Amino acid sequence: MAGSIRAPIKAKHQRLVLLVVALVVLIGAALLAAWALRNQASYFYVPSDIVAKPPEPDRAVRLGGMVEKGSLKTAADGVTVNFIVQDGKASVPVTFRGIVPSLFVEGSGVVAEGRLGANGTFVADNLLAKHDENYVPREMQDMTKDQAKQVVAETQ
Amino acid sequence: MMAEIGLAALWLAAALAGLQLAAGSLGLTTRGAALGEAVRPVAVVQGLLALLAFACLIYVFSVTDLSVKLVALNSHSMKPLVYKIAGAWGNHEGSMLLWVTVMGMAGGFVALVERRLPERTMLATLAGQAFVSLGFYAFLLFASNPFERLSPVPVEGNGLNPLLQDLGLAFHPPTLYLGYVGLSIAFSFAIGALITREVGPAFARAMRPWVLGAWIFLTVGIAAGSYWAYYELGWGGWWFWDPVENASLMPWLAATALLHSCSVLASRNALRAWTVMLGVVAFSMSMIGTFLVRSGILTSVHAFAVDPQRGTFILALLAIYIGGALILFGLRASSVTEGERFALVSREGALVFNNVMLSAILGIVLFGTLYPLVAETFGAKVSVGPPYFNPMGALFAVPMLVVLAVGPLLRWRRDRFARVSKNLVIPAMLVAAAAIGLLVIGSVALLPFLGLAVALGLAWASLLPLKGRNLRRTPLPIWGMVTAHFGIAVALFGMSSESAFSIEKLVAVKIGEVTQVGPWGVKLDTVEPVAGPNWTALEARLLVRYGADGKVTRMLPQSRSFWAPPQQTSESALLTRWNGQLYAVLGGEAPAAGNKDEAKSDAGSDQGRWQLRLWWKPFVPLIWLGGLLIALGGALALAGHVLADLRRINLRSKIAYRRERQGR
Repeated sequence: MAGSIRAPIKAKHQRLVLLVVALVVLIGAALLAAWALRNQASYFYVPSDIVAKPPEPDRAVRLGGMVEKGSLKTAADGVTVNFIVQDGKASVPVTFRGIVPSLFVEGSGVVAEGRLGANGTFVADNLLAKHDENYVPREMQDMTKDQAKQVVAETQ
Repeated sequence: MMAEIGLAALWLAAALAGLQLAAGSLGLTTRGAALGEAVRPVAVVQGLLALLAFACLIYVFSVTDLSVKLVALNSHSMKPLVYKIAGAWGNHEGSMLLWVTVMGMAGGFVALVERRLPERTMLATLAGQAFVSLGFYAFLLFASNPFERLSPVPVEGNGLNPLLQDLGLAFHPPTLYLGYVGLSIAFSFAIGALITREVGPAFARAMRPWVLGAWIFLTVGIAAGSYWAYYELGWGGWWFWDPVENASLMPWLAATALLHSCSVLASRNALRAWTVMLGVVAFSMSMIGTFLVRSGILTSVHAFAVDPQRGTFILALLAIYIGGALILFGLRASSVTEGERFALVSREGALVFNNVMLSAILGIVLFGTLYPLVAETFGAKVSVGPPYFNPMGALFAVPMLVVLAVGPLLRWRRDRFARVSKNLVIPAMLVAAAAIGLLVIGSVALLPFLGLAVALGLAWASLLPLKGRNLRRTPLPIWGMVTAHFGIAVALFGMSSESAFSIEKLVAVKIGEVTQVGPWGVKLDTVEPVAGPNWTALEARLLVRYGADGKVTRMLPQSRSFWAPPQQTSESALLTRWNGQLYAVLGGEAPAAGNKDEAKSDAGSDQGRWQLRLWWKPFVPLIWLGGLLIALGGALALAGHVLADLRRINLRSKIAYRRERQGR
């Protein structure tokens, strides 16, 4: 191969080779990305979806809904909270170890990032509460529009 | 009054941008050549007017003129002055005004000092710059006027998001924007060169300092933003792969590639079309980033309010500028003549490899950032996070870093790997030693494992270009390259160490209780209320001790409640040691331990417990130190190139002077 490099390549050829190599790598990267995205993207569920079609265990997903009134309990260690997230049709128990966001209260909306455990309890790694008027997770905006009335009616 | 002056200045600046575009374009024709004379002065005045408008905005914010809608929505009279001023760009309209100001100033600066290129190319460049500016002026004036008045005037403003009430806001966005928008110069240079077909070493040498300057600011801005998010959000992380963060990373990746291909073009007259293409791509990434952030199309913790009209407007601008530039590139690329050739094993070969890898990483980040949008059109709501970005990025970053260790040692044009391989024995041994050491420690995940091993080897290899040189006579750009590459190794080491060795502890403790996190003993001493100018807080006093007999130090994490707007934030406390950082966050008050029966039996336990979240993060500050080293490397290279240019100009004028005298 060394000979072919030393041999004077026509200018057009080198440009072509560079172009082809760059394109192959970039297309390869795009295909890999597409494959990885299918496997790694974290899907958004509302309780009725996650109960009807549970994701495979250990798959990172997000669960959004309303924190049911009277369901929020702190465990004995003082840092684990258990509560129920519901959307008016179904409800899912959630457990979270950590410091809850200040806007996280019963009856408010929440998006929990985590995994659905084998026993049907959702184990959250992170909680996103409604931040302020300027920041609402987009999924929750939709959900409150569709379901807020009935959810509020049932939680109160 | 100031608001009206600002608005008038903005309209004038926009009109001058139009004039600059027209004069620059006509100046290229033979009949309108005289008009070309006007372009440079117009560009300078346009930049100054934009600056005047921005100064007016800062003024109305600093005096809290609530009759201006933007001030009423985003400021509050009871806020410290520095946040009033910084609040001017802590919102959509203000940040867009900062954008056009930087763009106008950059154009004016180029018009004032850049004399190395043929005047025709300069005219085309400045016309291109004005063309892009014009779109953003229109966006400001028609879709997000920062000077809009409000009637009736409210008694008090809404206040600024407390998360933004931090010195980070004063520093991070302007720095980032200087970088982001500074890349518009590269874009305009590329357009100018394509129009006049003057792509060559002279073009690359002229463009390089501008790209370097923007890249330095971008690097500092990203590092500062990362540190800000790290201490302000209180989540212990330093990079979240949030769309807004990706929006700043993508132009950086493109600009890094551009910088290196620019060097090849300047020194070796190769990679002509590729360099021009990267010039277009880099600023396109800035604009795409702006679109993603400003349109509110993606959910982000950093994003401002959502307004669909704005999204459509920016999308139209994107289509015009990026589409137009790509069409121009397609039309002219074939007429950009082929540069010099080179062998696979050569400095150019290594740089091409790294360019392709950087582009691949850019593609990975872009795909991951846009995927939620694509998925949503098919009805699925997804988010993409570290499980995608980390391994996919590493897949291309690791080969790139390996070649980065070797590339600077290779000669231009053609080289043999055998010639440099003996230099690489020590770095290879370092990599092996690190790998063995980590295997002995065990339980280090694959990515941090690779990161630590590669970082050690790269740190040594990055210094090798200095070997055998007279250090005093080594040109500044070489020092710059070595510093920046060493900075990459330092930052990589910090990132990998943070990810491999961080220890997290989440506890609820009583006053006086001691908890252990890594080598630290942490005692909760007191929790007391404190008050600030526009907030009250609960402040914990932690007494911490490194090891068994270390000095006792105080840490004061707070849980703050702001009243305008009413919101709680947690102020983390950081304690930096040479080998890492202790990170403490105060949570809420937890109910007493155990159930009620136990509480009765133990009188002490009705006293509340406090949630504490503690991290011991070994070597984490190296991430930002590395970032600063990378920027410093850029600054050294920039200084070297500028000094060399000045010397050349000086020499040329001396020669001209002598010739003149001899002529007599």
